Amino acid sequence: MPVKAIVENYKDFNPHRDLPEQYHGNLMVYLYWNKHMSFVAAMAAPLPPPTPFGALPEVAKSVYGTHPDFEKIDWSKVEWTLDGKPITPDFAKTIGEQGVRHKSLIRFTTPGLNGFDGKYV
Amino acid sequence: MAVKKMGLKQKYAHLTRGLDWETTYEKMDDVFPYDKFEGIKITDWSKWEDPFRLTMDSYWKFQAEKERKLYAVIDAFAQNNGQTNISDARYVNVLKLFLTGISPEEYQAHRGFAFTGRHLRGVGPRVACQQQSLDELRHFQTQCHTISHFNKFFNGLSEFRTMHDRVFYLSVPKSFFDDARTSGPFEFMVAIGFAFEYVLTNLLFVPFMSGAAYNGDMSTVTFGFSAQSDESRHMTLGIEVIKFLLEQHPDNLPIVQEWVDKWFWRGFRLLGLVSMMMDYMLPKKVMSWKEAWEIYFVEAGGTLFKDLERYGLKMPKYHEQATEACEHISHQLWGLLYQLSHVAGLHAWMPSDEDMDWLSEKYPNTFDKYYRPRFELWKQQEAEGKRFYFNGLLQLCHTCQLPMTFTEPDDPTTTCFRESEYEGQHFHFCSDGCKDIFDREPEKYISSWLPIQQIFQGNCGGPTVPDVLKWYMFGPNDGAEYVGSEDHKLWESWKNTTTKEAAE
Repeated sequence: MPVKAIVENYKDFNPHRDLPEQYHGNLMVYLYWNKHMSFVAAMAAPLPPPTPFGALPEVAKSVYGTHPDFEKIDWSKVEWTLDGKPITPDFAKTIGEQGVRHKSLIRFTTPGLNGFDGKYV
Repeated sequence: MAVKKMGLKQKYAHLTRGLDWETTYEKMDDVFPYDKFEGIKITDWSKWEDPFRLTMDSYWKFQAEKERKLYAVIDAFAQNNGQTNISDARYVNVLKLFLTGISPEEYQAHRGFAFTGRHLRGVGPRVACQQQSLDELRHFQTQCHTISHFNKFFNGLSEFRTMHDRVFYLSVPKSFFDDARTSGPFEFMVAIGFAFEYVLTNLLFVPFMSGAAYNGDMSTVTFGFSAQSDESRHMTLGIEVIKFLLEQHPDNLPIVQEWVDKWFWRGFRLLGLVSMMMDYMLPKKVMSWKEAWEIYFVEAGGTLFKDLERYGLKMPKYHEQATEACEHISHQLWGLLYQLSHVAGLHAWMPSDEDMDWLSEKYPNTFDKYYRPRFELWKQQEAEGKRFYFNGLLQLCHTCQLPMTFTEPDDPTTTCFRESEYEGQHFHFCSDGCKDIFDREPEKYISSWLPIQQIFQGNCGGPTVPDVLKWYMFGPNDGAEYVGSEDHKLWESWKNTTTKEAAE
């Protein structure tokens, strides 16, 4: 349903404030570790599209690295979803090549690692 | 000949309705351009029942009297070093949250009601809005004056105006009021007058003011008393707005229902900050957030909407989800502040064992199962000298602007992610309620100023965390862990002096 406004050209007054071109060539990417609820939310990182997918564990480490489970992660067994769909990423290829867009949500599950004390924390 | 003294009612009629007129040189629609485009149909403005017949002269008299009392108490509080008699310096963080997150919204409410008062063509609501506008301005001023005494001793209070406009978590209340103020006058009245002031205000005001009373802050309690009669007037105005709109024309019902749904959910998200304050920040607790929600929303709100059924108005959409979420939100949000306090303007801390037992008792279904384990992990990390902070930026809900921290309604171990696509772009939401609000008016929300997005775009002082914190105007000791902070050390020094004096 369109907004009810007092002017016809409402959109001229109300520009997008969140377009890819406003990010200096980066994609704003969200990275979320499933079942590790002690982290308040998905982390957000500005990444250029040529970033190799294989760099994501290092990116994740900057936030999630404080968790005792993090160093136990076997990255070859990690399950990934991109914007809700399961993917099998090629670590050597770039995130841009593998469909990561501005404000894409990448979630990863680490089988066998269910948080502190196994309590999804 | 002696002029006969007029009765109050007569005086009121002359000073309000009597001063209004139909314009002839200009069309009424040109003079009042804002009160039709929302689709609300008013057939007879004179049907507006003034909920409080207060003339301007008695308003001034009444408010001046309250003001004199309040400032006498503030003076006495300062002269007696009232700040040393609060329960604990942790309490001051409640005031920091209030002054940065609530007081500026009183000012926004003042602006909003001034606008609405100007733009409704019926004189009755216009006068009521004008008085509420003045009340809100007075509340902003008196809150600043009340809390300014604490600013002489504690960190995190001095730059509240800039903080409100810039700091990431303060965009939650700011965007709430920005949204209301950029709506038409009727939506503003329903948003602030009804949904906020009538349905939800007790959940904001009672906890803060009783919290102040329980924790020895007599100065803030007195502010509460001084504002109380205004608040009850505002509530009466809020309910009158709804009744008036629904009685005027049947076409108004679906519009009003959508606004009630939207502003209930926005208000609920905003009040999440109060939930955290009640359950975690008050050294002496008043009641749990869940108990407050039961009393003020489930019971009182239930009765209210029962009463409004005769107009066809239903309970706000997702109210069941909100009630269910009250088992969780305070714990989730304190976890948020705990791990983000290093980039906040106030302190956070680990709840004591006693506090955690209180939480177990108040939240038997959820605290021990889902939230105590988090604190146990963080406690262990503290003991190892690795106090936990979230070392990065994070994902925000595009509507409420809170971090995406809330969980699925039926699964507290899974974060709730909702998404919409608009003009080829992704938008993320923390809940069905927030997604619906966006989907209803995407053209409006594409313009939202989301603090994390703005940092990445380079609009917040610079690329590094210290750059951003400097731009937020945080002092070096405003945020992070309470234990070991300047506030904490100051408090300890006061307590030691008192103990020594008592010993001598």
